[in-house]
Amino acid sequence: MCLAIPGKVVETFTAEGMHMARVQFGGVTREACLDYVPETQVGEYVLVHVGFAISRVDEEEARRTYEALAELDQLGELDIPEVSDRSGGVS
Amino acid sequence: MKYLDEYRDGDIAAKLVERIKRMQTRPWVIMEVCGGQTHSIVKNGIDHLLPKGVELVHGPGCPVCVTPLEMIDKAHAIARRPDVIFCSFGDMLRVPGSDGDLFSIKSSVGDVRVVYSPLDCIKIARANPDKQVVFFAIGFETTAPANAMLAWQARQMGLTNVSLLVSHVLVPPAIEAILSSPQNRVQGYLGPGHVCAVVGYAEYEPLAARFHVPIVVTGFEPLDILEGVLMVIDQLESGRADVENQYSRVLDRGGNRPAQDLIGKVFEVSDRKWRGVGMIPRSGFQLRDEFRAFDAEHRFSVQAIDTMEPAVCISGQILQGIKKPHDCPAFGTECNPQHPLGATMVSAEGACAAYYAYGRHLKDADLVTLGDNR
Repeated sequence: MCLAIPGKVVETFTAEGMHMARVQFGGVTREACLDYVPETQVGEYVLVHVGFAISRVDEEEARRTYEALAELDQLGELDIPEVSDRSGGVS
Repeated sequence: MKYLDEYRDGDIAAKLVERIKRMQTRPWVIMEVCGGQTHSIVKNGIDHLLPKGVELVHGPGCPVCVTPLEMIDKAHAIARRPDVIFCSFGDMLRVPGSDGDLFSIKSSVGDVRVVYSPLDCIKIARANPDKQVVFFAIGFETTAPANAMLAWQARQMGLTNVSLLVSHVLVPPAIEAILSSPQNRVQGYLGPGHVCAVVGYAEYEPLAARFHVPIVVTGFEPLDILEGVLMVIDQLESGRADVENQYSRVLDRGGNRPAQDLIGKVFEVSDRKWRGVGMIPRSGFQLRDEFRAFDAEHRFSVQAIDTMEPAVCISGQILQGIKKPHDCPAFGTECNPQHPLGATMVSAEGACAAYYAYGRHLKDADLVTLGDNR
């Protein structure tokens, strides 16, 4: 579970003082915290581990890593539903 | 799919294997540390592609596997409380404790939720002010920045109904413990890529020097692993013992400084017990005193729990590279992923579970190889 999944930053915003983003992984978009790679811009690629971007990568590396993770059946965490702000349940 | 196609075509892989064969003059034992690497090696049959005499052994780098049974029992005791919403990464739900697993608690007495990110716990806590939200904060260095941020944010926001059950472990002390053992067989290491993306690899340099072992920080893709093996063997054959970086397209020597800063503010190094291995001094994290109010062990006063591991299980020796899954009489019979007896079978990234998942428990399975290099 130490693997990080590459995705494309499609939107950035601030929440609770944290630098956040919407990050696109294949066909799925999830929230990720950008506090550890604060210089990241929309359109760039990051490696995301449990909702936190830990490293920036280029597009080619991102594509290749994503495909390798798919091969290894290591993208399952993206199937976990997002928790909504209001109910604290899954959205 | 260019990269993977190249691997399937075998062109680059075959060239790397050929270079390893040409370079290798003596038998060598190399350990990969990361559970993701173990999974990739077994799935892709990389160990079978390598020439006879280059043996890959599988290290303790699966955090789910090495979480001690006592900690799992503590998690279960907390998760059974009616006032608690217990949150965990999905990997932990099927790990059996002394009495059932989190799945069985979820389907009976407890409110157990799988979360994608530790930050999900903040949303759940705000939406459920009458409940205590407890997060099972397991992991290696890769996961520490995420878990640290949960504690940090909970304190910043003054949330009184969030706490962490911390079972954090660190890679370098485990490598040190393995290399210090009189039974040690490991001569070179593939270092963990995504762990080093967070902490860098400078802290591996004293280990390489002290034990005179090459450590090559390596990715998890098949060609990464083959290249990592080549770099380790190059060092072994030439008598060098340096830290090298195969995974430079993702990480550098210093790692992620902002992540390290927050880890240092929230956690301090502590002794930790590793399932299958036992106590390793200064091998994990605990919350600093300033964050004690967010420590679930403190909040719920869970007592130390005595546990017994099955005597037949040799997972401790497997985690240290002394034995392989096939050396265990219970492997694939009384011990399997549905009924795991020990550390290396409880998660898909454990060596025994990976061997089982790819059919290596079946008779003659080892004869089915991707290459004919043995």
